[in-house]
Amino acid sequence: MSVQIFTPREFHRQAHDALGDPQIRANFRKAMDGLMTKRREVFGDWDLETLRELGANIRLRALSKLPDLLEQLEASCQANGIKVHWAEDGEEACRIIREICESHDAGSVIKGKSMVSEEMHLNAHLEEAGIEALESDLGEYLVQLNEQTPSHIIMPAIHLNTDEISEILHVKTGTERTRDVDYMTAAARSQLRQRFMNADVGVSGVNFAVAETGTLCLVENEGNGRMTTSVPPVHIAVTGIEKVVEHLRDVPPLYALLTRSATGQHVTTYFNMISSPRKQGEHDGPREVHLVLVDNGRSSIYQDDELLDTLRCIRCGACMNHCPVYTRVGGHTYGTTYPGPIGSILSPHLMGLEDTKDLPTASSLCGACGEVCPVKIPIPDLLVRLRRESVGEGRGNVPGAGVKRTRKEAAAWKGFQWLATHPGAWRAGISMAGKLKALMPAKLGPWTDYRSAPKPAGTTLHALVKRHQASKAHEEER
Amino acid sequence: MTPVKLYPPKPEKAYFFGTCLVDLFYPEAGLDGIRLLEREGIEVLFPQDQTCCGQPAYTSGYQNEARAVAAAQLDLFPEPWPIVVPSGSCGGMMRTHYPQLFAGTDLEKQANEVAGRVYELTEFLVHVCHLRLEDCGTSEKVAMHTSCSARREMGLAETGPALLAQLGEVELVEQARAAECCGFGGTFAVRHPEVSAAMVEDKTQAIEETGAKRFVTSDCGCLMNIGGRFEQQKKAVTGEHIASYLWRRTS
Repeated sequence: MSVQIFTPREFHRQAHDALGDPQIRANFRKAMDGLMTKRREVFGDWDLETLRELGANIRLRALSKLPDLLEQLEASCQANGIKVHWAEDGEEACRIIREICESHDAGSVIKGKSMVSEEMHLNAHLEEAGIEALESDLGEYLVQLNEQTPSHIIMPAIHLNTDEISEILHVKTGTERTRDVDYMTAAARSQLRQRFMNADVGVSGVNFAVAETGTLCLVENEGNGRMTTSVPPVHIAVTGIEKVVEHLRDVPPLYALLTRSATGQHVTTYFNMISSPRKQGEHDGPREVHLVLVDNGRSSIYQDDELLDTLRCIRCGACMNHCPVYTRVGGHTYGTTYPGPIGSILSPHLMGLEDTKDLPTASSLCGACGEVCPVKIPIPDLLVRLRRESVGEGRGNVPGAGVKRTRKEAAAWKGFQWLATHPGAWRAGISMAGKLKALMPAKLGPWTDYRSAPKPAGTTLHALVKRHQASKAHEEER
Repeated sequence: MTPVKLYPPKPEKAYFFGTCLVDLFYPEAGLDGIRLLEREGIEVLFPQDQTCCGQPAYTSGYQNEARAVAAAQLDLFPEPWPIVVPSGSCGGMMRTHYPQLFAGTDLEKQANEVAGRVYELTEFLVHVCHLRLEDCGTSEKVAMHTSCSARREMGLAETGPALLAQLGEVELVEQARAAECCGFGGTFAVRHPEVSAAMVEDKTQAIEETGAKRFVTSDCGCLMNIGGRFEQQKKAVTGEHIASYLWRRTS
């Protein structure tokens, strides 16, 4: 398998390739169908609307106090002995982490799953500094072995099937070719176990950072998160600034929503609450714990009262699992760290609309994402908002605003506006289209590559209703 | 709890907003909708100056153009009668997005008032007219595709099937992944034609697999998309707007 570089600029070409790849189509369809079913079943007869409302309110409350909560989080963490660092962008976050590693002469880092670290390209940064960074989440491990990036925020290797995984493990680690999933899992486990023991630093993400208590919550299924955060002598947690919640009691509802929305689980196998480094008299745990809080464009999203809703996200991935576009083109097609609907409303802020202008339109606005979002992010509305920004009819505060506006398209919509605000011209136009239907081209661009052309009816509803009303009046007279 | 929508009693009169797709491609469906309402004793008012709800511009990001088009529709419904729309998509635009579109403008109050009177046709027939149907047709299998706007934006997954269920000779069959989008999405079908094509291909296959030779829908966008795919593939499955289907089988 060759290494392929994906970029959001090439969304159309990448979508074309993915749609023509039966393996990708089948892998995603099967996986997404399974995830949708599991989610539906696990919520069962719960009053999901009430819980989603609660989840949304917890996140909104936290965001409404974000600056204060971040200060409180810093103070609580420091009181617990956790060192707190602030990074304005990904580059600064990488530098902070590298410097911590260097101060400990670290040659190897073991990583738990962290999308923020993907967002800031931490692995590449560490490798450049001569520090080996190894992913320990099984999916991330496979993706790293295969020199790829995650195709899903929860299930990074969801684009691979059993045979492909077997081949990767065989080629890269010398295991037997097999379809035996248990064999492969055991092989990866024993490969990773040694690396945990020898790693100098563990890097993890954070699901919820509790301001009140200075607790870092980490949700996972494989135990690799616990190993990462407890075996190496130094633990560095890295997270976006929006992950803060106010109280410890805010966590259970969000956790209940997260696991069920993400994988259809009632609980995950592990739920870690990290509240300090090893204390005196304790026999294990890291001697140092660091928290790196990354902004990377988030505070500019925060300043817009509509786009702010993007920051409610708890990264469950339900929007991608339910997205008919994601299901067909897969995660890599988007060319962004965060694919699918949430990625299409987040990436423009992180990367600018010049690069991501095709993402907000890559949705039929079917509303499935908004319907399942556990914190009720109005994703379809935000997609429309970003479309507005890309054609220069928004507030102009997203990087690259206006990049998609072309004179031709703007003129076409002005023409539409004129016609639709001049009823006489509208009636004449529609009626004319019907009369000239013989002249209608049988080919209408991309539409007719896959469908027959719609045919104007020859008469309009306006005309039909007039005739209908006249005949009714006539009948009544008689 | 999801708020319960309270419906008014059956009115003496109702406005009919036909939508641009009906006007151009499926005018009979519009007229059949009007006939269904008239049969219930409702006098239907059809403002001749109506054009389009503005949605194509709205979802393309052309907010100012959309607002101008929408503003031109607001004055067409001066009396307090309900406004019936034979489309979940246009209905959703008017009910949900008009208030957003005009928020903070001089027309905000009027837009909210108009939006509050908008009903999708099947919704209106079920919840306001309490329509009772007597089937005069022959026995057949039918699949229904409820548009995403009707299903999710307007919360109307049940009304179309409820009407079809009243037709004694009709067996309503459900296709696999019935709630999944058909891939129309307005300009989406043109901006991302290949993805849209993959979606409509799956939708037509799912409908075909039910064995139904006919599908109905309450949205002309989906009808154009799914029906156009069947036609291009020369399949023996035909689509029809639910208003026409109901009228045809009960008149």
